[in-house]
Amino acid sequence: MKADPKGVLTGSHFLDGDHSCSEGAIAAGCRFVAGYPITPSTEVVERIASRFPYVGGMFIQMEDEIASSIAIQGAVWGGKKAMTVTSGPGFSLMMEHIGLAAMTETPCVFVDVQRAGPSTGLPTQPAQGDMMQARWGSHGDYGIIALSPNSPQECFDLTIKAFNLSEQYRVPVMFMMDECVGHMTERVVIPPADQIEIVPRKFYEGPKADYLPYKTNGDLVPMMVKAGDGYNIHVTGLTHDERGYPSMTVPTQEKLIPRLVNKIKHNAPKIVEYVEDQVDGAEVVVVTFGITSRTSIPAIEQARKEGMKVGHLRLVVVWPFPEERIRELASRVRAFVVPELNLGQMVLEVERCVAGKARVELVGHPGGTVHNPKDIYNVIKKSAKG
Amino acid sequence: MAEELFEIEESVPVNTVESFLRMERMPHIWCPGCGIGTTVNCFAHALETSGLDLQKVSVVSGIGCTGRVAGYINLDSFHTTHGRAIPFATGLKLANPELKVIVYSGDGDLTAIGGNHFIHAARRNVDMTVILINNFTYGMTGGQVAPTTPLSATASTTPYGNYEQSFNLPYLAESCGAVYVARWTAFHVRHLTKAIKEALAKKGFSFVEVLAPCPTLYSRRNKIGDGLDQMIYYKDNSEIRNGADTKTIPLEFQGKIVVGKFVDKERPTYLDAMNEFYQQKLGEDYIPYKG
Ligand SMILES: Cc1ncc(C[n+]2csc(CCOP(=O)(O)OP(=O)(O)O)c2C)c(N)n1
Ligand code: SF4
Ligand SMILES: [Mg+2]
Repeated sequence: MKADPKGVLTGSHFLDGDHSCSEGAIAAGCRFVAGYPITPSTEVVERIASRFPYVGGMFIQMEDEIASSIAIQGAVWGGKKAMTVTSGPGFSLMMEHIGLAAMTETPCVFVDVQRAGPSTGLPTQPAQGDMMQARWGSHGDYGIIALSPNSPQECFDLTIKAFNLSEQYRVPVMFMMDECVGHMTERVVIPPADQIEIVPRKFYEGPKADYLPYKTNGDLVPMMVKAGDGYNIHVTGLTHDERGYPSMTVPTQEKLIPRLVNKIKHNAPKIVEYVEDQVDGAEVVVVTFGITSRTSIPAIEQARKEGMKVGHLRLVVVWPFPEERIRELASRVRAFVVPELNLGQMVLEVERCVAGKARVELVGHPGGTVHNPKDIYNVIKKSAKG
Repeated sequence: MAEELFEIEESVPVNTVESFLRMERMPHIWCPGCGIGTTVNCFAHALETSGLDLQKVSVVSGIGCTGRVAGYINLDSFHTTHGRAIPFATGLKLANPELKVIVYSGDGDLTAIGGNHFIHAARRNVDMTVILINNFTYGMTGGQVAPTTPLSATASTTPYGNYEQSFNLPYLAESCGAVYVARWTAFHVRHLTKAIKEALAKKGFSFVEVLAPCPTLYSRRNKIGDGLDQMIYYKDNSEIRNGADTKTIPLEFQGKIVVGKFVDKERPTYLDAMNEFYQQKLGEDYIPYKG
């Protein structure tokens, strides 16, 4: 399906990442946004608030992030595509509802424009400290998808992708921006609507009597209906059977929860996305995501100039993690260097996949600003020497 | 003979409420003497005579014994998280304004953990009906103190009695802007049915507080008998005072209960206010939001 032209501002724009994310959401067909103001994410909802009256959207500023993160789920069951937008402290408040969306298989998008934490931390300054929280933040086991844009252009493109993935797999998708990308202004090209691919919601259309809301057809993802369609659906955060009815037994748990995990795990090869630059033949591979990919480039270029064989692997989809690819590279490269604006989160994934076959070096930073490329360069140089 | 038997069976009155329930989920989890089931019966009767298109009715609950209502109602029904039925319902209603959205939940759910959402939905006048079952305690988790537990009553976390002032919920709802406010008890089945029906017919945030016995964890612990004794207490101590000033009707431990309809007024709903405002401000460019 193609995007509805009504929402699409086709053309070349000069936009910051936050505003670009808003435009991506509108182009993706999002017509319900609930949020609560928090720096550095507020511009996303501010733009939504000014644009929505003209595109038939509903924006509501809720009383807090807990309310926002469940209002969007009510809206999804009412038939809308919906998202909420926040930053660290608000993201922490939303965790219970990420679990609810995972459990009830409610497709929706959570945007987190990361700032430095913990707690109130550095409200206006960047970090990438919520990466593990995005994966594991709600209690219990579930599968999740998270994306990490590194430019205003990607804030547009990948917001659309986030909505599409959420519909395809019926999962909440985490859109992990950071303050730098959110507030950086660059050229953003918005294509014509007929060049924007949209994944529509998979609605069940068979006979009413045969419908089982949580029965899957081999692909691990059940079909949806919405409130008001006459199916008398029941949706619960309790462990439920295929009818959607609470069934608090071990067999039901053993059937449902692995499916929630496996629908992402088994489809990971289709979901993962990364960008490689000179990885084949490299001795050192720098693994980056978001803003860190850009601060790493001068360091990588400098090292290459000096004759080191350095590859760059940038995660676009962060969760699921490209474990196959990292495993494959581990037997061929000397070292992985992982710069991130936290004190060691995604590096743990790299270490897990490398499993001792190569060196893994973190270039950590507690956030507040971006890395000095020199610090990344120094670690590359040290790693290249072995 | 066989024919006669058949006739006898035919004449057994049909329980019309059953069609509103997911009978395949019976028996329900509620204790003998619990008041929640009685209120569901009233709710079903109210729906039956409401004239509403049942396909467009959704019930949203939070978590608790009362929170299980959504799971037994044979309509679109959502069992959300503790305290968050109202913001879920807000999203549902605003996504599809054609829906009639009812929040059915407990006193702890809606006024402790969910208190913030309650006051804001009333303030915004989001079009929904909130049915709150006040059993003065957190039933589901074992009878802890709630914001509705009367002074001096005992709960598992106030073993020597409660020393916190409790909410006067009709007063809270009215002061936040609810357009319909009533209080009844599980004893007043006819009044309650009528009140729910009126609330359903109302546009805007309508609120019905229902006092209901929790014999297992409130009345027995407080040595005031079981479910039946609580019903007798409601019968003997309730005073119907329609139009009473909500300020004057707080509840006290085993005290007098003022019941009735206290507020019934008009005020633009959230959606009507938004559409009207934008039409004035933005003129023809604005497409009124219809969901
Ligand atoms: C976030 C969260 N905190 C606590 C609980 C535990 N909990 C479940 S029900 C409940 C209280 C319910 O009380 P009430 O709303 O009065 O319902 P009742 O059982 O009395 O009908 C609590 C505290 C929970 N499920 N979720
Ligand atoms: S614990 Fe109380 S409220 Fe819960 S079902 Fe039993 S009697 Fe009803
Ligand atoms: Mg209660």
